[in-house]
Amino acid sequence: MPVSPKQARTLKHRSWVAFLIVPPVVFMSLFVVYPILSAFAYAFYEWQGLARGEFVGLENFREVLFGPTMAPVVWNAFLHNVYALVALMIIQNGGGFLLAWLLYKEPFGFRFHRLAVFVPVVLSTIIVGFLWKLFLNPNFGIVNQALYALGLDSWAKPWLGDSSTALGALILANAWHFIGFPTLVYLAGMQRIPSEIIEAARLDGTNEWQLLTNVIWPLVAPSTTILFTLLFIGAFNWFEIPYVMAGLDGSPFGSTDVLGLVFYRTAFGNQSASIQNFGQGSALATVIFLFIVVFASMLTLWLRRREIQF
Amino acid sequence: MKRELKMKLTRRLLLGVAAGGYLLSAGAAMAKTELTFWSWRQEDKAFYNDIIKKFQEKEPDISVKFETFAPENYQTILSTALAAGRGPDVIQVRAYGNLETIAAPGYLLALDKQTVPELANFPDAALAAETLRADGKVYAVPFATQTMLVIYNNKIFKDAGVQPPQTWDEMMKLAQTLKSKNITPFANGTSTAWQNETIVAALLSSMLGKQFEEDIVSGKANFTDPRFVNALAKLKDISQYFAPNFTGVDYASSQQLFVAGRAAMFAGGSFEVANFKKQNPTLELGVFASPVEKPSDERLVARYYDGGYAVNAKTDKKDAAIKFVRFLATPEYGTLFTNELKNLSPIKGIKIEDPLTQGIAKLAEGAMSYLMLVRFRYQEPSGSVLLQSNVQKMLAGQQTPEQAAAEINKGIATYYKPFQK
Repeated sequence: MPVSPKQARTLKHRSWVAFLIVPPVVFMSLFVVYPILSAFAYAFYEWQGLARGEFVGLENFREVLFGPTMAPVVWNAFLHNVYALVALMIIQNGGGFLLAWLLYKEPFGFRFHRLAVFVPVVLSTIIVGFLWKLFLNPNFGIVNQALYALGLDSWAKPWLGDSSTALGALILANAWHFIGFPTLVYLAGMQRIPSEIIEAARLDGTNEWQLLTNVIWPLVAPSTTILFTLLFIGAFNWFEIPYVMAGLDGSPFGSTDVLGLVFYRTAFGNQSASIQNFGQGSALATVIFLFIVVFASMLTLWLRRREIQF
Repeated sequence: MKRELKMKLTRRLLLGVAAGGYLLSAGAAMAKTELTFWSWRQEDKAFYNDIIKKFQEKEPDISVKFETFAPENYQTILSTALAAGRGPDVIQVRAYGNLETIAAPGYLLALDKQTVPELANFPDAALAAETLRADGKVYAVPFATQTMLVIYNNKIFKDAGVQPPQTWDEMMKLAQTLKSKNITPFANGTSTAWQNETIVAALLSSMLGKQFEEDIVSGKANFTDPRFVNALAKLKDISQYFAPNFTGVDYASSQQLFVAGRAAMFAGGSFEVANFKKQNPTLELGVFASPVEKPSDERLVARYYDGGYAVNAKTDKKDAAIKFVRFLATPEYGTLFTNELKNLSPIKGIKIEDPLTQGIAKLAEGAMSYLMLVRFRYQEPSGSVLLQSNVQKMLAGQQTPEQAAAEINKGIATYYKPFQK
């Protein structure tokens, strides 16, 4: 049967679509879906190093969540992830919102500041971690030196060595690193708001604060949804900054331990523990993954419903 | 016509040369066995390549390719490769619990005195470090003896008119004298978790004593023993002479303090010496073992064996790999290792040139184990992790020595039978 020109065109179109879709699908299945599924499967076995042993059912999950050795460590780390989420929500996303508002009003030099606020986001997290570790060095770091110079000697602390300040220091370093991202997203959201709405509000005699809280904030809700979801995922996957600045053990004495570090230590071992437990590591990774997927989807759905259309 | 013939000729000639070359190289490949050798010692690459050359003088038919990986990822990369049925022919492995993670699943070839007669060159404790407890077989040829002790800056000591201390009280007095002269006595900090374990071993071994280790192993004593609690209390006491703000000083910063000559002593591992010397060749260093409580007590360092060279159980070049590992077990190699790397080889009958290394070798004769690594790094929670975090907490003033000792004991008792009575 001869192929009509029209059929030929659809065929061409289809193969073009396939050409575009197949490589990423193959890539995703190979490097994302397959590892997730296999980690899920690994979690049901006992492991000796990286050699698979017997099928143990839910034993690894039980040990990770309720076992006398693992559970206290896991829950302690989970709590720190929650702290990080709440603190970063306020500092990183809230701060980003305020910075975006400042930039939105186009003050003197706003083009420069718009760029400057985003530059740290582009830096490697490893570099940022090392940089802040140097800044926070108790004896020659810039933070304590500045406090001494200002005569605030009593405020100077061994920031990363003090269990009451270490986690906070990591959170601030993270916020410094990423604040440019929410700033940019909020700025884009604000620029999307039709100027009539803001003009109308001004004509109605709103002051700056009312404008910000009653007009701008509700109208950038879609940005808040996406930023909160991303932060949620980021906070429970948090690894690089704690790893670089506090080490694999969540030093000092577990006060900066987060789930990512616990997972890494459990699965791959560290120099001071020697033991590699791939089963428990996979179980923990699966639990973290499911937790993030379930809560992130629920949050997104819930926040979506609260958004205003305009 | 003529031109075509010429071309044909050229083509044949080229083909012939190519074929000949191919045959030649195939012949060479058949005669020459190439081993791969993995290590985490990037900084020793030149040394190992030299060693390989020396080995090839004896075994010209074996070539060895030395490959290194970052130490923090080494274990992960190695176990992944081994699990996939690949990995190198000869492997630098660690010791104790860490060795077991790869020896227990059967990735390593068991060595004995038939295949590697040179095992006789090693002290028993060194072989024990590379033995799988389950089957009692040796899986690697040990490469280094490490000791925890105090390294001091000779020049600072001379200028301050002080001597290395014998007893704990003398060390306290010494630290006080140094501090009064505005010198930081100890460069140490506790922000990096594992430093707490090295500090405990470097400063407290003589006070704990060999008998304490024996009692722990036999179950006669546990970590709530007064000997352990008192030693921790002494450590808390002397920590006032550590680096300023020591709870926030990490490993790299404390090394820098010492290397720059801004602190008089560094409580740590003998493996630091070569590193310190490399960073500041003008440093005049000395070492001493942890001070004793009473002058009649035995002075001890804490000793462990760093790791070894093992053969991949799945290698198809077993004979060549064993030949190479045997070479790494000879006194000739041990002498080179010790003198080039300024690290002590456990092989008996080596000749040490460097006086400082001689000193370390002498101190290593009076030793207890680097306790948590040698005895309690086989199960979770490892004794090392417990010691590190609880000493860190104690030195930060957030728990007493009694509480720290109780926590350590509680963790180990979850799996250590002798403590469960």
